Amino acid sequence: MTFQFNEETFRGDYTYFNSPAAVQRFPFPFDQDSYMYSVNIERHPGGPKGSPFEFAFDVDEHYVSEMKDREITLAEDPMRCQSLPHMELAGWDLLELIMVSKARDYPDLFTLTRDGNQWHWINKPLGIDKKFTFLDPTTLPCGPMEYITRQAQGDFALLHEREGNLWLDAGMITSQADWSLDFDVGMNFFEWHAPVPKARKMGVFDKALKFLLAVDQEQSYRRLNWTMTVNPRLDTSPENYHKWGPEKRTITPENVGAKQFLRVELQTFWRLPRSNALAFPIRCYLCSLQDLATVPKWGRRLHRVLRDIDPDLADYKGFAVNQETIVSYLSQFDDGAPTSAGIFPD
Amino acid sequence: MNKLTLEVTETQQLSPLVKRFRFEHPDGSALPLFSGGAHITVEMPEGELIRRNSYSLVSDPYDGSGYEIAVRREDTGRGGSRYMHEKVSEGDLITVSAPKNLFQLDLRAKKHILIAGGIGITPFLSQLRQLDLAQAPFELHYAARSRKEAAGLAMLPEAAHIHIHISEEGKRMDLGEILDGQPLGTHVYTCGPDGLIKAVADQAARLNWPTSSVHSEAFTAPPPGEPFEVTIASTGQKVRVKADQSLLEALEAAGIEIDYSCRGGACGRCETSVTSCEGRILHHDHWLSDDERAEQTKIMPCMSRFKGTRLELDL
Ligand code: FES
Repeated sequence: MTFQFNEETFRGDYTYFNSPAAVQRFPFPFDQDSYMYSVNIERHPGGPKGSPFEFAFDVDEHYVSEMKDREITLAEDPMRCQSLPHMELAGWDLLELIMVSKARDYPDLFTLTRDGNQWHWINKPLGIDKKFTFLDPTTLPCGPMEYITRQAQGDFALLHEREGNLWLDAGMITSQADWSLDFDVGMNFFEWHAPVPKARKMGVFDKALKFLLAVDQEQSYRRLNWTMTVNPRLDTSPENYHKWGPEKRTITPENVGAKQFLRVELQTFWRLPRSNALAFPIRCYLCSLQDLATVPKWGRRLHRVLRDIDPDLADYKGFAVNQETIVSYLSQFDDGAPTSAGIFPD
Repeated sequence: MNKLTLEVTETQQLSPLVKRFRFEHPDGSALPLFSGGAHITVEMPEGELIRRNSYSLVSDPYDGSGYEIAVRREDTGRGGSRYMHEKVSEGDLITVSAPKNLFQLDLRAKKHILIAGGIGITPFLSQLRQLDLAQAPFELHYAARSRKEAAGLAMLPEAAHIHIHISEEGKRMDLGEILDGQPLGTHVYTCGPDGLIKAVADQAARLNWPTSSVHSEAFTAPPPGEPFEVTIASTGQKVRVKADQSLLEALEAAGIEIDYSCRGGACGRCETSVTSCEGRILHHDHWLSDDERAEQTKIMPCMSRFKGTRLELDL
C-alpha cells in the first residue's frame, strides 16, 4: 500500500483534502462532454489497477478519518444505523463479504483467519484485533452489519426481497446525499424513491427494480451517480439540513474552486448468499473543482457538462443557485479542445 | 449468467423414479453458499441441442463442499430428466448456474409451515436446514401416494415437526387441520402440483390469512408438444421449435439471446412481446395474469408453446 491515511475532518473546519494521487484516481463520472440520465451499469469489481473499481471495497487515504466521522454522526444520532430483526442473517453475509474481500485485496491492512465459525479479524488501520464466532451475535459488541460497516467506507443498505419488490429493511446511512434512513426504513423500492422528480413517470424505477431483482449471486454490478456539495461534508442528511443547507449560500467567485465539491457515489449491488438479500453499498468520493481541474480533460469536460445541463437536473442535483458561479469559474479551464472518450485522465 | 463446471461425485436411486445427484468442484474448492429454496440450472447437451432445466438444491445451504439435486424422471417430458437419469454418471463433468432463489423463506414469519406434494419436497430440504440453523419454529408436511414413491423419505430427518402423509395408508393431508389455529404471523409455503397449491391458497384465504403470508413454487420443466415456428420481427428470421425443445431453447440454438433465470415460468425474466399472432398461445407459465394470457400479446418462451399459422416475436 503506497498511501498514508489523511488526518482530516468532514465538518467544522473541513480540513478534508485529496493528495495528488487521490485526485488522479478520482472516479470522474462523465464519459462524454454532456450528461443525460442513463443506467450506466457495469460488472464490479474490475477496472484499471489503482482505480477505485479494481477491488470489491475500495480503501483509500480517507479511510480512518471517514470512520471517525461516522462515529461522530452515530453518537449524535444512533438511528442512522438500523436493522429489522429478520435482517441479521443478511448482516452476517455482508460482514463475510467485506472481511473476505478486504483481507484478500489489502493483505497489508487486514487479515482474516477462519477455522469453521471461529473467526479472527485484524484491522490494522483502525487498531482492531477481534476473535468472534461467525453467526453468533453475542460474540460481537453490536450487530454484524453495524460492526462491519463501522469499518467500511460508504453507506450500506440491505434490501429484503418479497412480493416482487425490494424493502429497505436495514442500513448504515451516515453520508447520504439527502435521504434519510429513519424515514425510509421498512419502505419498498418505489416508496423510498418517491421524492425523485419525474423519474417514476419515466419508468426508470420499474427498470431499475427489474434490474436489481435480477442481480444474482456471484455477479455483482456498479454504477456511478453524482451530485454537488458545498464543503467536503459527508453527512448531508435531511435531518441536518439546517447545518449544511445554508452553506450553499457561502459560495463566491473567489472561493468556488476550493469550496464546491463534486460528489460521486460509487454504488454497487450484491446478492448475498445465505439471506438472498441484496446489499447496496454507496461509497462517496469528494473532490473540489480546483483539484479536478488539475486534470485538463476533466476541467474542460466538467465545464461543458455543467454549462449545458438540463435546468431541472441542476436543481435536483442541488447546485442551481451556484451554477453561474461554477460555470464561469470552470470556463478558464476550457480552451475548446476536444476531449477523449471515457472517464479516465489522458 | 455465471456458470460453474462441476464433477458428478455421487448418484443414488431414491425411488423408482427419483435419483439424487451430488456435484463437487473438480479441484475441491468451495462452492458459493446459498439460501433455503434456491435452485441451479443444469445444462444437458445432446448433439447440437442444449437443454437446460432448473432443479432445487436439496443439500445443506451452508455447506459449500457440494451441491445436491433430486431429479424425477418424466418419461413424457422433453427429455431433460431422462438425460439426467440415463446419461449422467459419476465422474462426468456438468455445467450448472450459480444458485438463485425464487422461493425464499420470509424470515419475518413467527412460524413457517412447509407443505410438499410429491417431488415438491425438494426446495424444502434446504429450507428446513436453514430453519434449523436459525432455530425458527416450523412444521413440514409431506404428502405422497405411497411409501415406495416417496423419494423424500430418504432425505428427511426424523423429527416431531416433520409429518408424513401417505395417502395409500389412509393418512391424507388435511389442510384445514394444518392451517387452522396457527399463531398470527405464520407463513405457509407450498410446492407441488397446481391443485395442492390452489387448495392451500384457498384454505388460507378462508382463514383470512394475508396473501403476503402465502407462498408457493410451481415451476416445473417445460412440457414437450407439437413442433411450431416463430418469426423474429426485427430480422424476419424464422425459428423452428422441435417437439422436444422449448421455445427458449430453440431461440438460443438459433443464436438469439434471451434473458432468463428459472426456465420454469416463474421468474418473469424471459417475458417477450408478441407483435402478431394468428393462432393460440399455449401458456404454460405461472407468470402472466389471466388477462395477459387472453390478450396473446406476451409469451414466456421458457415454458409456452404455440398452435397456429403465425407467431411473430418482438425480438
Ligand atoms: S425464465 Fe423464468 S419465466 Fe421464463
